Amino acid sequence: MENKPLLEVKNAGIQFGGLKAVQNLNIKLNQGELVGLIGPNGAGKTTSFNLLTGVYVPTEGDILFNGERINGLQPFKVTRKGISRTFQNIRLFNELTVLDNVKVAYHSLATHTMLSSILRLPSHFKGEREMEEKALEFLRIFKLEKYKDELAKNLPYGQQRRLEIARALAAGPQLLLLDEPAAGMNPQETHDLMNLIGFVREKFDLTILLIEHDMNLVMGVCERIYVLDHGQLLAEGSPEEIRNHPKVIEAYLGEEVHDDNA
Amino acid sequence: MKKSKQFWLFIIAAVLVYAVVQFFIANGTMNQFYSNTFIFIAINIILAVSLHLVIGITGQFSIGHAGFLAVGAYISAIVTMKLDLPFIVAIIVGGMVAALAGLIVGIPSLRLKGDYLAIATLGFAEIIRIVFLNIDYVGGAAGMQVSHLTTWTYAFVCLVITIIVIVNFTNSRHGIAAISVRENEIASDAMGINTTYYKVAAFAIGSFFAGVAGALYSHNFYIIQPSQFGFLKSFDILIFVVLGGLGSLSGAVLSAILLTVVSTYLQGYPETRMIIYSLVLILVMLYRPKGLMGTMEITDYFKLWRTPKGGDQHGK
Ligand SMILES: Nc1ncnc2c1ncn2[C@@H]1O[C@H](COP(=O)(O)OP(=O)(O)OP(=O)(O)O)[C@@H](O)[C@H]1O
Ligand SMILES: [Mg+2]
Repeated sequence: MENKPLLEVKNAGIQFGGLKAVQNLNIKLNQGELVGLIGPNGAGKTTSFNLLTGVYVPTEGDILFNGERINGLQPFKVTRKGISRTFQNIRLFNELTVLDNVKVAYHSLATHTMLSSILRLPSHFKGEREMEEKALEFLRIFKLEKYKDELAKNLPYGQQRRLEIARALAAGPQLLLLDEPAAGMNPQETHDLMNLIGFVREKFDLTILLIEHDMNLVMGVCERIYVLDHGQLLAEGSPEEIRNHPKVIEAYLGEEVHDDNA
Repeated sequence: MKKSKQFWLFIIAAVLVYAVVQFFIANGTMNQFYSNTFIFIAINIILAVSLHLVIGITGQFSIGHAGFLAVGAYISAIVTMKLDLPFIVAIIVGGMVAALAGLIVGIPSLRLKGDYLAIATLGFAEIIRIVFLNIDYVGGAAGMQVSHLTTWTYAFVCLVITIIVIVNFTNSRHGIAAISVRENEIASDAMGINTTYYKVAAFAIGSFFAGVAGALYSHNFYIIQPSQFGFLKSFDILIFVVLGGLGSLSGAVLSAILLTVVSTYLQGYPETRMIIYSLVLILVMLYRPKGLMGTMEITDYFKLWRTPKGGDQHGK
């Protein structure tokens, strides 16, 4: 066990025109943690994910992953370094099958070349077979294998969300970023999903950063929570501390906490 | 297993088609007009399938394909006429130089999306045409004399190779990476796909085969002129792909055959030709708005016939 954090965000921020969407973001994630990121609508949560994954280049600050600066890297390079994500508004490859969706994510771990595929060399067949087996393994974990030949767009909504997570895992991340994975799910589906997240976290030795609107859920599963408001960190701490943090109650949680207790 | 069976079926069908046409050409049943039509069909299928890779598979709306056709046509003509090298060398060099042109055009313009990419590629195609128009070495506006070297055999072998390469590319991790770019570029990027690489690669491969088609094209005439490679030619190729159904290779093949036959038979009546050609397009748009084949392939229909459940795979 080393003490070096897996992810370290130092005073990162981004400005769109005059709008400071995120500023002075400081996040530290240790290997194996499951951490929540919460905040009201428009607080800058998704934008923070976009900063971490290279979709946006921070206009200030630094992002270190395994001690290495990753701000400014293109998204696919960030993914190959070991950060993978899901999207708040589902972004599946609709006209590809469920199996192929997962294969796309596994793509960068495969090695057979374009020429070997065009010439159908043995390395092509071996590589494709391996990809297929790996992809099926992920589908099995997410109980999606019965849909494997279905087009992604034809999946029920809840299964689409699960497929996005399966796909993100197939990219082989150390750090998994989940942007409201339970959005639009019913309580049963949400419950199953949270169990699943706990399971894959153990199995793949993952560190997870989770954006979620459902307070019960965040408080229930996360060990630590960051609260964003108006693009700035408002608080950081254990669920207990966040629940009782005066600023948080004032800005955001107030009523919901009461609801929870009622 | 099933895939390799499909491959051999394709090869057998290809050999049969080749042999039958070649037989009729050789024993004189088929006159020059008909054999030329068959060569034209093969060239147009190569063009359609190569553009299908760029638009249908990778989702990059490039509409300047005639530019790469022109590069292949002129470069190959230089190779045979000025350098006196064999036709086969001309085909390969024509393809390679067109691929190079594809890289040069693709790397800057594939950063653009949608309409902007379309305009940029169309612009580049015009630039290529105007460059040839102004080079005296290749005859300028008057054009360049070319020997008639294209035979049904050359055309057909090139066609088969084109289809095999593009089908093999599509049915591999590289193909699904390219399709993922078409489906959702942001997600593709986030899954570790180097989207620029696949866009440029598809563009270069597409340009290569457009160049091959160009070599066959120029050596099927006695003269080539820049005016043959204007934006109307680009649109002709684009129409094959759109009419066939974006994303469907067999659709592109089918519509290339259909439209080549229609326009060949109407060649004598230029005015009627445009009317009927437009009518065909309008009818297809009305009755098959997603193109002749939609996103399906011929092989999907075979599966449909065999098992009623097979249809599930591609939705409605
Ligand atoms: N590309 C952009 N250009 C301009 N403004 C942007 C851009 N992306 C995000 N913003 C702005 O940044 C702010 C934060 O948005 P963000 O999507 O990160 O919020 P969020 O916390 O994820 O909210 P929600 O809970 O609704 O998902 C918003 O005001 C948004 O309009
Ligand atoms: Mg958001």
